[in-house]
Amino acid sequence: MVDQANAARAAQLEGGGMSKPEASTILVNGLPCRVWAKGEGAPLGYLPGIGGLPRWTPFLDQLAATRRVIAPSLPGFPGGIGHDHLDTHFDWLLATHDLLTAAGLAGADVIASSVSGALAADAAGVWPLLIKRLVLIAPFGLFDASDPPTDIWAQRPGHLNGLLCNDTQTYKDFVAQPDSVDAIEWKVEQMRAQETSARFLFPLGNTGLAKRLRRITCSTLLLWGERDRVMPFTYAERFASGIAGKSEIVKIATAGHLAELDAPTSAADAVLTFLQ
Amino acid sequence: MKLMWFHLMPYTELPEDFRTRSPSVWIDIDPKLFDPARGHLMYNDFMDELEYAAECGFDAICVNEHHANGYGQMPSPNLIAASLARNTQKSALCIMGNSVALYNPPTRVAEEMAMIDCISGGRVIAGFPVGSPQDTCFAYGQNPSMLRQRYYEGIDFIRQAWTRDEVFAFDGRFNQQRYVNVWPRPVQKPHPPIWIPGGGSVETWHYCAEQDYVYCFLSYFGYKVAREQMHGYWAEIRRLGKEPNPYRAGFLQFVGVAETRAEAMKLYREPAEYFYGRCLHVDPRWVVPPGYMTEATIRARVESQMQIAAKVSAGGGPSVNQNATDFEGIVDNGYVLVGSPDEVAEKLREVALDLGVGHLMLLLQFGNMNKDLTKYNTKLFAERVMPQIKDLFDDQWEDKWWIKPMPRAQLSSKAAA
Repeated sequence: MVDQANAARAAQLEGGGMSKPEASTILVNGLPCRVWAKGEGAPLGYLPGIGGLPRWTPFLDQLAATRRVIAPSLPGFPGGIGHDHLDTHFDWLLATHDLLTAAGLAGADVIASSVSGALAADAAGVWPLLIKRLVLIAPFGLFDASDPPTDIWAQRPGHLNGLLCNDTQTYKDFVAQPDSVDAIEWKVEQMRAQETSARFLFPLGNTGLAKRLRRITCSTLLLWGERDRVMPFTYAERFASGIAGKSEIVKIATAGHLAELDAPTSAADAVLTFLQ
Repeated sequence: MKLMWFHLMPYTELPEDFRTRSPSVWIDIDPKLFDPARGHLMYNDFMDELEYAAECGFDAICVNEHHANGYGQMPSPNLIAASLARNTQKSALCIMGNSVALYNPPTRVAEEMAMIDCISGGRVIAGFPVGSPQDTCFAYGQNPSMLRQRYYEGIDFIRQAWTRDEVFAFDGRFNQQRYVNVWPRPVQKPHPPIWIPGGGSVETWHYCAEQDYVYCFLSYFGYKVAREQMHGYWAEIRRLGKEPNPYRAGFLQFVGVAETRAEAMKLYREPAEYFYGRCLHVDPRWVVPPGYMTEATIRARVESQMQIAAKVSAGGGPSVNQNATDFEGIVDNGYVLVGSPDEVAEKLREVALDLGVGHLMLLLQFGNMNKDLTKYNTKLFAERVMPQIKDLFDDQWEDKWWIKPMPRAQLSSKAAA
């Protein structure tokens, strides 16, 4: 059933200037997780931010012009189930490892945005050969009480959408229900995705990553929207100073927390420049 | 029918401009608003009121748990219940309840309730709510996505701890304990009655039916809002082939009694408007952390919202407004039932029969109601309302979910006094 839904979703992505990605399914802990892939070239992984990846995006399309972009869905994000089997950070870390490996991304370059950044950063530190080069877009994982991130789980109805992108309409379009998808199931999928982030990050978004940052030895790009209303820019500096490998910070103008949605061209250019 | 006197213990001196001055009554209520010297008086008044209700003959006195909350000042209901256990003799002590997912290990809950059951000679009703999102996820930082799994496991742990007659290991998903041995043991066998407060999810109804626990619909919005929930509960009970015994259910209602309806409208206006205006000023940001609601409940709610939207577009609409803060709206919508003793008795009889509830919990103190008015309301209810409805259901149904106290001859001299 999940496979059929994922194939149907992929089919809906034609139009709007984008062709559809290829859809396949892998198993994590024996449960199905969708993989979308597109393009030719060296594999480049993408783990999406809050809310997961309900539809293919212009950012991924631009990367797919020169790379084979592979976007596996974490358990609980759209296209994947099984988040409720994962209780501890260790469970989530293993699931991230298994997901990347099963999707054919072992040893590849990986982009991880927002909440997924906390998992990818830890995975890079724990398994140094798993990720070749890492791009983190405003990642979670650290917490400083004197400069806390916005509490994304304590928002009035409808407010979160306005926080995630610089242009609210951009996020609304990203999560808008396609006509052919069942309204109730779409809503449930969105709520499940929100729950998934909470399951591995509630209440502070602090996974204890601070004491493991030094294990990250791969080159890392820290990409930050200049108008991020969720994760303060000071966290870019915290990540950069803690990571043992070479790191650099790039700010994206007129972009919010999910910078790759607000400014797909600038974000894709920054990523491809870093990965050259 | 059982008539149970419930206290929320609200802070009674929130300022008049509270709604505009403070973001919420819960979680981020301004700590500077709490005056401990006034708190001293409030707690002592409230405990006097609970003890007075027991003296007046209510079947139970009820306490509950809230955290960082300006209208519910019992972070530990067990502390209050322990005191009530010493100062009352007959009333059941309904602890409604302990949010077991907050306590790791839940051993503490099993121990404290067993202590109170011993002190009181077997008068504890053990309420186990999931806990509101405000109390559990925001005040106590519990993960909303794992709360219910922890909750069910916690109740299973406590039940085993109360009933198994050997030291045992508990190897749960969230709780691991090599040696479980609750000492003291509860007086009531196999264990104190377990009651579950719920908000109307089908899963909770199934859980209560399967485990043979009492389901309680505790809402601040009265009997009109409760109709749909309770009718759904009974339909499910019948569908599951269970006996529709009204003592399987509990329900909470605010009540204000006076000699006449006009007098009641005069007396209870201020405390009701204080409660619904100031005490229920809750910022919506604290209401639905992701994962708190199950997917089945989300589906049911989205379907229900779509049905309501369709009804509204067809010219209908929801029949009960849940946002009233003026007294006329509060009364018209049934949040607070006011009237003369006869009027209140007649209405409560009708409500109990309609909802099918054998355990009626009554909030006879609400908002900033002072001790004198609370005692007046309590006494009038006990003397003039209670006798008119007390016999309801008892000729047909046995309350299998009530306390089983020790024989009087075995009680301590103070407890038997």
